[in-house]
Amino acid sequence: MLNLIEEFSNPELSQKLLAQVKNLADQYIQKHGRKPVFMEVCGSHTMALARTGIKQVLRDHVKLISGPGCPVCVTDQLFIDSMIELAQDSNRIICTFGDMIRVPGSNGSLMDAKAEGKDIRVVYSPSDSVKLAEENPDREVVFLGIGFETTIPLLAVALKQAQDKNLTNYSMWVTTKLVEPIVRVLLEEKEVEFDGLLLPGHVSIVLGKDQYSYLTDDYGMPGVICGFYPTEVLIGIYKLIEMLLEDRVGIENQHPRLVTDSGNRNAQNLMNQFLELCDEGWRGMGMIPKSGMDIREEYAHLNAKKKFSIQVPEPRKTKCRCGDIIRGVITPEECPLYAKACTPLHPIGPCMVSGEGTCAAHYQYMREELNG
Amino acid sequence: MNDQRITMAHGDGGEQAHQLIEEVFLKAFGYNGEPLMDAACVKVTDRIAVSTDSFVIKPIFFPGGNIGKIAVAGTVNDIAVSGAVPMYITAGFILEEGFLIRDLVSIVESMAEEAKKAGVRLISGDTKVVERGSADGMFINTTGIGIYQNEIQIHPEAMQEGDSIIISGTIGDHGVTILTARGELGLISDVQSDCASLNHLIREACEGQSGIRIMRDPTRGGLATTLVEICEDFKVTMELDQTALPVRQDVRGACDMLGFDPLYMANEGKVIIITAKESEEYVLKALQSHELGKNAKVIGSITSKDRGQLLLKTPMGTTRRLGRMAGMHLPRIC
Repeated sequence: MLNLIEEFSNPELSQKLLAQVKNLADQYIQKHGRKPVFMEVCGSHTMALARTGIKQVLRDHVKLISGPGCPVCVTDQLFIDSMIELAQDSNRIICTFGDMIRVPGSNGSLMDAKAEGKDIRVVYSPSDSVKLAEENPDREVVFLGIGFETTIPLLAVALKQAQDKNLTNYSMWVTTKLVEPIVRVLLEEKEVEFDGLLLPGHVSIVLGKDQYSYLTDDYGMPGVICGFYPTEVLIGIYKLIEMLLEDRVGIENQHPRLVTDSGNRNAQNLMNQFLELCDEGWRGMGMIPKSGMDIREEYAHLNAKKKFSIQVPEPRKTKCRCGDIIRGVITPEECPLYAKACTPLHPIGPCMVSGEGTCAAHYQYMREELNG
Repeated sequence: MNDQRITMAHGDGGEQAHQLIEEVFLKAFGYNGEPLMDAACVKVTDRIAVSTDSFVIKPIFFPGGNIGKIAVAGTVNDIAVSGAVPMYITAGFILEEGFLIRDLVSIVESMAEEAKKAGVRLISGDTKVVERGSADGMFINTTGIGIYQNEIQIHPEAMQEGDSIIISGTIGDHGVTILTARGELGLISDVQSDCASLNHLIREACEGQSGIRIMRDPTRGGLATTLVEICEDFKVTMELDQTALPVRQDVRGACDMLGFDPLYMANEGKVIIITAKESEEYVLKALQSHELGKNAKVIGSITSKDRGQLLLKTPMGTTRRLGRMAGMHLPRIC
């Protein structure tokens, strides 16, 4: 495993692949008079492209647009406000993933609430929150569960554990997002135009390759499933340009050692056992029908939204343009707050907080160009 | 006494406090029977270096060390990188009621052992006990005193284009050790903390060399944060070569999995030495001939004397700017 990491990051191999990608992209430019444009759906790809320098080094050959696949970034401010409201009761322990506690709500973040003495904890895995509930039988444990299809099965595992153990002091506030509905919105609204999609390896492990057939069938959009190391991403981009040059529209799987055609059936079954499709609010985009999953009615006792009646006012508006950034409509540099009022230390929007956020990727890895 | 636990009485200055001092601290730290005064009296000449540091690490015992070892080594290193020879150390303990005396003995013995290795004398100490729940096991504060003896000369003001940046070994070992030792991540690895006193290593590498510009130990915030501070303080721009950075395979693997960057992971037994180009070879070889510096490498150079930026050259040939650590949530690591 560790050897593979080294190989997938191998500098010589990456350089060779890079030269080939540039070459193929230039052929495309010659044929079409413009650069090929691809969107990376997933925040992990955004980070990988920025951190390795691939995005910058390909700037004159391929245009890469960051998409909506950062779970923290698309989480509506309302949920943060709701969690802070829930935390006001000292008998409750609120837990969530690391990045979430720094995302600003209308009046501060969960971290600010923690500093005020509220019991807010970071867990690494949803199952840890179940353990916490077992260890604290006299207190209510609420887990804020966010994520795409990569994380939803883990939420389902935690729900199953809580159910099997008959825990009465455990519940989950679920606000999950699905890849297909948001990609459909982007393709139908056409605010940004692109020629192909870089599809995330980890989501595809759960969903499988076949799940992407809507891209080719309904939109004639090619896609390549690839991993996150430099050589993997470069092969992904290479295969996309190759398809364009050959006028082929398909879904290619460059992650075949982990991604099968039908995906991980166990994970899918577990997801569907505990969760069902729901309308979901996306930050900056509003409500999108059937774009998320929430806890099924028969497990309502595990649903924090049903267990506690929390009313919070409409979130306070800021000038943060995260919503436009996650749709690929503007780049972070075009947001008036970026790197001025909004920095990783004082984030205004989630895109600057998250380890997968586009603004954080630009701030951490692409600022040298900005400063000249 | 070893099976007993710390009680509030151990901190009240009475008989039990006396017993604890006699049987745990004085025993370990080599007391010669001289009268115990309220202050230690030591002879120093010339300029002295003083540094203080508090240690709140969790877990208290971790692969490669414990809070006591790190409390001595950390302060010894702060003195040593400033170019002074560490001589004396003081220690203040804050113990939580209920702490096992056996564990305290083991920690104090590690301190004595590390002090002996580093050649420093523990000259003054203090113990306080707080109620259960008011501290997490134990906290230690140490203060070190070193003497400038002129064998090691550092000249940060002389930093210039072409100077070499050397690191004494692999980065991120301590940070990853602590993260995995906390057992919250479900990761198992063989990586150990690099926690060690570096004064002898530094002395061997730098003694008599005129080209030593500056030394720092990249603890919290890691290599990148420490270098950013130097860049900003002295208005020099440095460029690191990403492919030259020594990182253990398991450290890189753990960081990849958890979304951390080894450049920002803590070290407790590494020193950055910036040297004139002509001193590079001597310093590198001297470091490499020492057990604690065998993986030493040149990782970059100073490229200009203006903007004060830290740059990283990626394998793709691009350059990106590194900032201070921001946006990471690391647990208590030292």
